[in-house]
Amino acid sequence: MTTETLIWLIPLPPILAFFLIVLFTNRNKALSHSVAIGAALLSWLGAMIVFVRAIGTPDLGKTPFASFANWIPTADTWLKIGVQIDPLGAVVLFFVAWTVLMIFIYSVGYHNYGQPAGDHDQPGLQPHGATDEHGHQVPSIEPMYSRFFAFISLFAFGMFTLVVSDNLLTLFAGWEIMGLCSYLLIGFWYAKESARNAAVKAFMTTRVGDVFMLLGIAFLYSATGSLSYRDIFQSQVLHTLATVSTPIFGLSAAGLIGLLLFIGTIGKSAQFPLHVWLPDAMEGPTPVSAMIHAATMVSAGVYMVIRMFPLISLDPKTMTVIAFIGTFTAIFSATIAVAQNDIKRVLAYSTISQLGFMIAALGVGAYVAAAFHLVTHAFFKALLFLGSGSVIHGMEHGVLHTGDHKVDPQNMFNMGGLRKLMPVTFWTFLIGGFALSGFPLLTAGFWSKDEIFSGAFSNGSFVVFVTLAVAAFLTAFYTMRQITLTFLGVPRTEEAKHAHETPWTMTLPLVVLAIFAIGYGWVGIPQDFLGLHLNPSWFHEFVGSTLAVMPAESPFSWIVFGTSLVVALGGLFFGWLAYRNVTAPEQDKLQIPLLKNKYYIDELYSFVLIKPAYWFAETFVYQWLDKGLIDGTLHLFGKAANSIGLVVRNYFDLPVINRFFGDGTAHATQWFGRNLRPIQSGRIQQYMLVSLIVLLAIAGLLYYLLVIV
Amino acid sequence: MIPLSWFLILSAALFSIGLFGVLSRKNAVAILLGIELMLNAVNINLVSFWRYGDVSQMAGQVFAIIVFAVAASEVAVGLALVISVYRRRNTVIADEIDLMKW
Repeated sequence: MTTETLIWLIPLPPILAFFLIVLFTNRNKALSHSVAIGAALLSWLGAMIVFVRAIGTPDLGKTPFASFANWIPTADTWLKIGVQIDPLGAVVLFFVAWTVLMIFIYSVGYHNYGQPAGDHDQPGLQPHGATDEHGHQVPSIEPMYSRFFAFISLFAFGMFTLVVSDNLLTLFAGWEIMGLCSYLLIGFWYAKESARNAAVKAFMTTRVGDVFMLLGIAFLYSATGSLSYRDIFQSQVLHTLATVSTPIFGLSAAGLIGLLLFIGTIGKSAQFPLHVWLPDAMEGPTPVSAMIHAATMVSAGVYMVIRMFPLISLDPKTMTVIAFIGTFTAIFSATIAVAQNDIKRVLAYSTISQLGFMIAALGVGAYVAAAFHLVTHAFFKALLFLGSGSVIHGMEHGVLHTGDHKVDPQNMFNMGGLRKLMPVTFWTFLIGGFALSGFPLLTAGFWSKDEIFSGAFSNGSFVVFVTLAVAAFLTAFYTMRQITLTFLGVPRTEEAKHAHETPWTMTLPLVVLAIFAIGYGWVGIPQDFLGLHLNPSWFHEFVGSTLAVMPAESPFSWIVFGTSLVVALGGLFFGWLAYRNVTAPEQDKLQIPLLKNKYYIDELYSFVLIKPAYWFAETFVYQWLDKGLIDGTLHLFGKAANSIGLVVRNYFDLPVINRFFGDGTAHATQWFGRNLRPIQSGRIQQYMLVSLIVLLAIAGLLYYLLVIV
Repeated sequence: MIPLSWFLILSAALFSIGLFGVLSRKNAVAILLGIELMLNAVNINLVSFWRYGDVSQMAGQVFAIIVFAVAASEVAVGLALVISVYRRRNTVIADEIDLMKW
C-alpha cells in the first residue's frame, strides 16, 4: 500500500467504530470497547507506518506525502479534499496516535469494566458503586459505557482528520467535530447540572473563537482562491498577502488572516481571554480531560498556528499579539493553578499555562520549540491527567469502603500518602510532574521548555523570557505542591488510607506515556548543548525542514540553561518545602481569594457578558420587543379588527340584517296574518258575499279596461 | 216567437232571486233552495241558447240534464250534511255552523 493511501485510511477506523457502536453493538459493552480499541489500534498502526516511512524519507519537507481529489465544485474551480503528511504532520500524528490509543485502553479500566452493574446507578450520573456477593461495596460499571466509546471514537476521527488534512477546510471540519465531541463528553454525565453547564460553556466559548476562525478562512479563500497549504505557502502568494494592506489596524492581509485564525486558537486552546471553559470542562470523565482537554483537541489549536506559521509570521503586529497572549496566559493561569485544590483543576490551569508557553514560543518565532513542546506536553499532560484519574479512582475506592460520600475524591487535601498504596500511579505521576516542571536533563519537558527559553532569549524578547521563566517556576511549584499533597506524607483521611491501586488497563497506559514523557525529550537535544558539539538535534532538523527556510537553532546560552535549571529545581524544592507539612487548606498560605477565584474572570464575564445577554434576551427582547412591541402590535390589530367588527355588528348587522330584513319580514308576515285572520270567520255566507263583491269588482275593472278604454 | 232576451231576463231574475236567497237566508235548507234556483236559472239559459242556436246540436239539452243530475246529488249530500249538523249541534242556522273558523 502506498503511503498516501495509508494516510487516507488513518481516520477511517474510528468513524466506522463510531457508527458500529451506535448502530449495532451499543448493548454489548465488551464488543463496544473492543470495536473502539480495535479501531484506535488500526489507526495507530497506520500512523506508525506512516511515521516510520516519513522519518526515512529524505527531504520530506520539500516533497511531503500528499494526495488530493476534487471535492466540492465552486463555479469553475473545485474545493479540494486531500491528505498531506510533512515532518510537522508526522510528529503530530505520532503523538496523537499514541495518546489516543493509550487513553482508549485506559477508559476500559476507568469506566470499571468487569465490575457489576450499580445498585442505584442511572444513565447520566457517575456510577455510585455496587454491593458484591460478600456484601462489600465495590465500584460499579458505567451505565453508558458504549456511548462513551462511541463518542471518543468520533473524536479520534476528528483529530486524525485534522492532522492528515492538507487544507484548512477539512482541518476546520475536524476541528468542529472535536468541538462537538468535547461538548458531548463534558456533558457525558448530563444528569449533573454542573456538567451540563460546563458543556454549554465550553461549546459557546469555543464557538466565539471558531466564528472568527471561519472568517479568517473565508478571507484567506477570497484572497488566494485556495485553502490547501501547498497553494498558500508558495512564496509569491505569501508575498502578495504580506504586501496587501487591510483597513483594520493597518494590518496586512496576512496579518489579519493570521489574527482571525489565531482567535480560533484562542478559543480552542483556551488562551486568555477565552480560557474560562477549560477548567469547567473537567466535569467530564478523566480520559476525556486527558485526551480532549490536554493532549489532542486543545493542542489542535496550537497545531493550527504552527501549521499556518509561514503565513502568520509575515506580519510582526500579529506576532506581537500572539507572543503577548501566550506569555500572559502562561503566567496568568500558572498563578491560578497554585491556589486550586481540585487535582484535575490544577492540571487544567497547568494545561492552559503550557499552551500559553507554546503560543508565546510561536509569537517569538521559535517554530520548532513550539512544535517540540506541543508533542512533549501532549505526552506528559496526558500522563498526568490519566494519573490524576487513577488517583481519583483509587480515592473513590476508599470512599466506597468507608461509605462516606460527602468526601470529595478529587480534593487534594483529602489525600496524602498515596505513594505506598498506588505505587505505579505515584511513580508515573512523578515522572509526568517532573516533565511538566522541566526537571533537568532527564525529562522531555526540560528540553522543550529550554528550547522555548532560548528561542525567546535569542530573539531578544526579554520580557517574554523573564515572564515565561517566572511561569515555569510557578509550574514547578504547583506541580510539586500537587505531588506533595497527593502522594507524600501520611493519609489525611480514612478514605485515603483505603485507596487502592487501579487495574492494569489503567496503569499500562501510564507506564507507556511515562516512557515517552522521559524519552521523547532526547530526540531534541540541541547541537551545541553546554558548548559540547553533539549530533544535530533530530527533532529540529526534521520538523524545521517543514518550513521553506530551515530555521537556525538558537545558540546555547548559559543564562538560559541556568534559568531553566533554577526555575525547575527551585520550584520543585520550594513546592516540597512549603507543602510537606500542610494538612488542611487553612495552613496553605497561597489560598488567596483572588487566585482561588481565578481573578474573578468568570464573575467578570458573568457581569459584563452573560448578565447583559440574559437581560437582553429576557427583558429587552422578550419583555419589551416580543411582548411589548410585537405582541402589542398584534394586539392592536386584534383590537382594531374587534372594534370594526363591533361597529359593523351594532350599526349594520343588527339593525339592517337582523332587525329589518330578518325580524322585519317576520313581523310583517305576522302582522298580516293576525290582521287577516278575522276574515276566516267560518261563515259560508260571508265568504260568498265577499266572493261576489270581488267578482263584481273584477268584472267592473275588466269592463272598464276592455270596453271603455 | 218570443225573443231570446226575455228568456235571458227571466233567467237573470231567477238567478238574482236565488243569489239573494243564498246570501240572505239563515236557514241552511233555505240556502240550498236558493242554490237550486240559481242552478235552474242556468238551465233556462242553456236550453234557450240551444233553442235559438243550432237545434241539431244536442249539447244544450245534455248539459241541462247533467246539471239536474248534479243538482240532485248536491241536494242529497247537502241535506244529509244539514241533518248531520242538526243532530250534533241542534241548529240549521248557517252562521252558527262556523266550525271551520280560524
